[in-house]
Amino acid sequence: MSEAMSRPSSTPAARKAAGFRFSARHREWIAGYLFVAPDAIGLFVFAGLPMLLALGLGFFTLDGFGGFQFSGLANYRRMFVDPLFLQSLKVTLAYVLMLVPSLYVVGLALALMVQKGSVLNAVIRSMFFLPQMVSLVVVALVWQVLLVDKIGLVPKMTGFLGLGGLSWLGDPDLALVSVVVVSVWFLMGFYMLIFLGGLQDIPREYYEAARMDGAGYFAQLRHITLPLLRPTSFFVLLVSTVAAVAGGQAFDLIYVMTKGGPANSTSLAIYYIYQQAFQYNEYGYAAAMASFLVLLLMAMTLLLFVLTRGGRFNYD
Amino acid sequence: MTDAALPRATAGEPPSLYRAVPAVLALAKLVLALATVAPLLFMLSVTFKNQNEIFTMNLIPEKPTLDNLTYVFTQVNFLRYLWNTFFVAATVTIVALFFHSMAGYALARLRFPGRDAIFLAMFSTFLVSLPVIIVPLFILVKALGLLNSYAGLIIPSIFNAFGIFLLRQFYLNVPREIEEAAVIDGAGYWRIYWSIILPLSRPMLAALAILFFLANWNAFLWPLTITSDENLRVVQVAVASFQGQYTASWNYIMAASTVVALPTVIVFIIFQRQIMESIKTSGLK
Repeated sequence: MSEAMSRPSSTPAARKAAGFRFSARHREWIAGYLFVAPDAIGLFVFAGLPMLLALGLGFFTLDGFGGFQFSGLANYRRMFVDPLFLQSLKVTLAYVLMLVPSLYVVGLALALMVQKGSVLNAVIRSMFFLPQMVSLVVVALVWQVLLVDKIGLVPKMTGFLGLGGLSWLGDPDLALVSVVVVSVWFLMGFYMLIFLGGLQDIPREYYEAARMDGAGYFAQLRHITLPLLRPTSFFVLLVSTVAAVAGGQAFDLIYVMTKGGPANSTSLAIYYIYQQAFQYNEYGYAAAMASFLVLLLMAMTLLLFVLTRGGRFNYD
Repeated sequence: MTDAALPRATAGEPPSLYRAVPAVLALAKLVLALATVAPLLFMLSVTFKNQNEIFTMNLIPEKPTLDNLTYVFTQVNFLRYLWNTFFVAATVTIVALFFHSMAGYALARLRFPGRDAIFLAMFSTFLVSLPVIIVPLFILVKALGLLNSYAGLIIPSIFNAFGIFLLRQFYLNVPREIEEAAVIDGAGYWRIYWSIILPLSRPMLAALAILFFLANWNAFLWPLTITSDENLRVVQVAVASFQGQYTASWNYIMAASTVVALPTVIVFIIFQRQIMESIKTSGLK
């Protein structure tokens, strides 16, 4: 690479060889900038800049052919009277409220179940994690077949419980629940691993001491495991909420499995925004809605930090 | 874990019942785990079933057939889609690991003004998810003339803060003495990076390579948005479009799904330990 990168050290020999142009300190600076440059520039152009543009684009009306016109707050005003956008916010909220607690409970339960090291547990752990390896497109397709009305395997099996008549993806009251169940099935292995990581860090002596005091399994869970898992819990809640609101996984699932239907009952905000942009060429409007969503997320993250006193946790 | 070593059945419970509990628990776990993978087994099973057998409960097809797979590979250009996906995922992975290890090394080891600010700025893009920036990103990539091109598929996917963060974390824990010996020998930064740091980080790079490749193999939203040219189609987009074309032909759709999922499942079976270990430690530390 460059001259600066090839002569860093502060040994006299190296200093002499590099001449008098840069001191060792400056050579280290230049090397640092050069090493960081590819990623720094790339991240700025393909993540930072689009984020800034998203905020700005909302003030314009764009057509599909590169023409644009300043339209002030029109896009922002429009979204608060757009019943479909408001509906999509409601769907997003319902999705978060159902998915995040379910993932927390299922992820933690699975982790506790397979926590001990044994061959059987290692195999079971891998089996719980396996759905994560499959793309959401495939996940959505497989579950669509499983949920086909009446003849699909799920209606057939729930038929024994008298639930065979349910239309899992066709009933507007049920479709979002189905999406949540599939999301949990797909994501639970990931959160199981995160919880396993957290459980690993709890010193074994605590449990031994508690057992000496005669504490049973549930007492240990309540007084040792859960309090000491608080940092992990915080991470899980934050990540799963952000992913539920703005993650690509939720989008893929909806796009393939329900297309937002029936009757917009599974039209998450990110799906509605995508539709507005790429089906109706409403790029400016879509950008305005997207920046509103980011604002909501930031407010929520802030709230979570405040509620947990800056993500810090006291253990007593 | 110590339970087994220290038998506690002293209080007088019926020992046989006491011993049965772990067995019942183990069985329950196994049933749950089997239920978890059942949908994927079902997909595999339909791949070899005739159309009239799709919705039967038997996992083993009565008359196994290869017609569905033959159909996928002959009626559409599936090999081309597989190659496109492999090429994009592999290129992104290699370039990303190269850039991220360079950045991670500098952010962990070199001192230069603004280093922490740069790291913080990079880290903050962690919160930027694709669906949120897809409109401006699309407009930007289109303006750069990358619409419908391999470059458009590859370049924006390279940059993510997650890899930089993990590699920086890794390099912070590498003992400094290893580099110091090289510095005394008069080696330049590039040589230290290339012949000391890179070889040292092989296990970390291997774990990240698997994760990056899988993520890019499974990517859907970006290829869907940035390409419409059939010659650039990736497998996920191809399978999703199958659904529109062959609504009731679930046997074809499941066969294509199996072809798409199989490479990732095989990668998982081979590298399950590394994959699960790297996700476990990426959580908080």
